[in-house]
Amino acid sequence: MSTRGPRCHGTAMKVPPEFGIDDSELIDIAVCNDLRCVREPEAAIMAALKRHGYDDDTIFAIKLAFEEAVTNAVKHGNCNDRSKRVYLRYYVDADRAVFMVRDEGCGFRPKEVPDPTADENLERPSGRGLMLMHSYMTRVCFSEAGNEVWMLKERPKR
Amino acid sequence: MEQPSSHLKVKRAGGVSIVEFADRKILEELSIQEIGEELRAIVEGEPGPRLLLNFQNVDHLASAALGMLITLQKKVQEQNGTLKLSNINRQIFQVFRITRLNRVFDIHETAEEALASFGQA
Repeated sequence: MSTRGPRCHGTAMKVPPEFGIDDSELIDIAVCNDLRCVREPEAAIMAALKRHGYDDDTIFAIKLAFEEAVTNAVKHGNCNDRSKRVYLRYYVDADRAVFMVRDEGCGFRPKEVPDPTADENLERPSGRGLMLMHSYMTRVCFSEAGNEVWMLKERPKR
Repeated sequence: MEQPSSHLKVKRAGGVSIVEFADRKILEELSIQEIGEELRAIVEGEPGPRLLLNFQNVDHLASAALGMLITLQKKVQEQNGTLKLSNINRQIFQVFRITRLNRVFDIHETAEEALASFGQA
């Protein structure tokens, strides 16, 4: 069964209103389609989380979800094509972290990805990134085309 | 005797290959592939391999690494061997729990406990 989306290059979304920030507050970055090119923006996001005093478990959760999203974009969205780019947007304040990852691929239908925790799928070697993103983040939203994902992590109450 | 390699430190004790990871983060596709190949080479051609992966140095893990471990477990089982994991920190154990892979792998708190359980197998 194909989980590819119905069309390519969906129009870029604005930040979902329920994430509670203004679109103009986000920092925009475009990087080459290589995980090494993502290290610098990732380090900037992690540094912002530490500066705002997020605890280790929340930073672990955000790092994991961010890396799964970026890996999906580079590998599955852009098919490891070095001529393509990955687009990132992020925002961090004392109460929430928001980030977006968009690739230049054809997207996919998240609802058609099999549940990796079902007994019959437990020993399949792939397909866990998406469910980890949902487990660790407060909200996860895909664009209609499926080539853009927005994630929100609300800071746990202190 | 310790065999140096790029991603793993391997020791043999009591018929068990004890593997520690040199990288704190098992995240990137290429290094996960290389780790998978190194682990495969350890068990390749060995009847009934006994392998312990000690995660004490590891503080981040990508889902692709979980896939690599599943593939390794299948390979070890095909050769009638045993794979055990130990010293997984609380945050990474949570990843195993969320994905229900704590039910697929034989996970022990310490390497000593894991080694003792090989004797009972």
